[in-house]
Amino acid sequence: MEEKNIYKPYLMRIEKITQEAPGVKTFRLKFDDDEEGKNFSFRAGQFAEYSVIGEGESTFCIASSPTRFEKEQYVECTFREVGRVTSALAQCEEGDVIGFRAPYGNTFPLEAWKGKNILFIAGGIALPPMRCVIWNVLDKRDDFKDVNILYGAKSVADLVYKHELAEWDERPDVKLVTTVDPGGQTPDWKGEVGFVPAVLEKMAPSSENAVAVVCGPPVMIKFTLPVLEKLGFTPENIYTTLENRMKCGFGKCGRCNCGKMFVCKDGPVFSFSQLKDLPDEY
Amino acid sequence: MTIEKYLVKKASLSTLFDKIKASGKTIKAPVKKRHTTDFAAVGSLDETTDDYITTAQSAKSAVFPRVEKLFGYVKSKNGVELVDYDLSTIPETVLWGVRPCDAAGFDPLNAIFNWDINDVIFSTRLARTTIVGFACAKADSSCFCTSVGGNPGSTAGSDLLFTKLSNGDYLAEIITEKGKAIQALAPELFEAAPSEEKEQNLATVEQKFTREEIKAKAEQYFESDVWKEQAQRCISCGTCAFVCPTCACFDIQDEGHGKHGQRIRIWDSCGFSLFTQHTSGHNPRETQGRRWRQRVMHKFSYMPDRQSVYGCVGCGRCSRACPADMNLLEHLQQIVKL
Repeated sequence: MEEKNIYKPYLMRIEKITQEAPGVKTFRLKFDDDEEGKNFSFRAGQFAEYSVIGEGESTFCIASSPTRFEKEQYVECTFREVGRVTSALAQCEEGDVIGFRAPYGNTFPLEAWKGKNILFIAGGIALPPMRCVIWNVLDKRDDFKDVNILYGAKSVADLVYKHELAEWDERPDVKLVTTVDPGGQTPDWKGEVGFVPAVLEKMAPSSENAVAVVCGPPVMIKFTLPVLEKLGFTPENIYTTLENRMKCGFGKCGRCNCGKMFVCKDGPVFSFSQLKDLPDEY
Repeated sequence: MTIEKYLVKKASLSTLFDKIKASGKTIKAPVKKRHTTDFAAVGSLDETTDDYITTAQSAKSAVFPRVEKLFGYVKSKNGVELVDYDLSTIPETVLWGVRPCDAAGFDPLNAIFNWDINDVIFSTRLARTTIVGFACAKADSSCFCTSVGGNPGSTAGSDLLFTKLSNGDYLAEIITEKGKAIQALAPELFEAAPSEEKEQNLATVEQKFTREEIKAKAEQYFESDVWKEQAQRCISCGTCAFVCPTCACFDIQDEGHGKHGQRIRIWDSCGFSLFTQHTSGHNPRETQGRRWRQRVMHKFSYMPDRQSVYGCVGCGRCSRACPADMNLLEHLQQIVKL
């Protein structure tokens, strides 16, 4: 019998805090105990339980890539200040220690995607779960063919990872399209203005030998899927990562299931052909 | 091990009880408190009662307490120190007077806590719990153990099962090594097996349906309005989950005072409206009908599919305890007839 207390988190020191957008921060975290860090590994798409000790736990993806963890032993998370835990996290300063339980859930099937064109479509605060995969793909760029990224937010201020967006934009081997909702643009905005589904239709990426990764608010996904279908993407080639409410992260606490599937164990990454067989409970 | 049968005289029962107590184990047994009977730590057999169909609460809190500390913490200037759960504080416990339905509930609970990674806190509690069952001589209209794979004299889940015979003596069935260990505390009290049939001393609970029928119908009628109709009376209070011997949904919270505190696991319920609500306000199970469907589907479809065990033992507590008079048995019978 394994004697480890599965509820006890690792302690992580906040190495760097980046203000991404109003109310949105990224923490770069390093293991307080080097030994724990040496024994830790994760894969693209997995998530974690982050906690301010004394306030509680909150679930988000690991927003950084395993390829960066291998090199520099850090993980990053990006969160919006909304509830009790995220508000407490937002109060933290560099050097503070927070709790971290991970890795949980399944991963994006990157091995199977080798040699394919990859289309990333993200809306708002849903870029962080995708950023992990984007970095992974870019760090092993030769394994993949065309990389297209479509990212939309409510307004220019709400775009997260502005520095990286600029970096991706400059790369000749990445096609990045950014868009903001009508009214969200600034006078010097050079990207698109419009909702993600409409911009995707204009962008018209080929579905030939391609997979699409879509993540965003339910309403964005609802209207993006028909466009992808029109472009020829089949449900088994469209992936998303779900974020149902979770507490434990390992299939016991009872709240994240869609039918008999646990988002925390069988997901969070699902193809739309898998989701078609599940009840509409996500 | 094969079940061993003995006779334990009526007068010997309290001697056995005292021997267990003297061995240092905590004993929890049914105690009458005003109108209800519930498990409580007791010192002698006199404090207990055998006049109950089921206790109001199930026996699950012995292995899954309503509130359980997962670890402690101490905050300081330099950071925080976590104080791990001390498994040595979990007492050896004997649950005395557990009905066969409740005894059967430990298997599904164990499946939930250990179907994938091992929950060492739960597992240690379960390993240190011995279940002394008492077969049912009476049942009420809420009981339906025979429809979900049990029966009033079932040995499943108990370590030792007593069945009261017509003269007041007991048939003792030793089912597991843990039961054997209880016998070893006072072997002289366990006499040659009685000749009287066990069955004639058991309550009659008519079988209304099978679990497999419920599973098939619930899956087939997943999109039916029946869930919404049945849940119309539900006031989302969570009582059914709290009295259920197999409900294990929980929340994790921190509670502290100043620099000290603890992370705790507390009972929760899929019937609560906030249970699945996202931070954004979006709620995958937004209506009570959906939440009721989840409750039935979890127990009769998802658990057998994922953990190879059904999540209902037919104790009938949810029906007895419901303040809005929802009756699980009636609802299941309706589902079977769809």
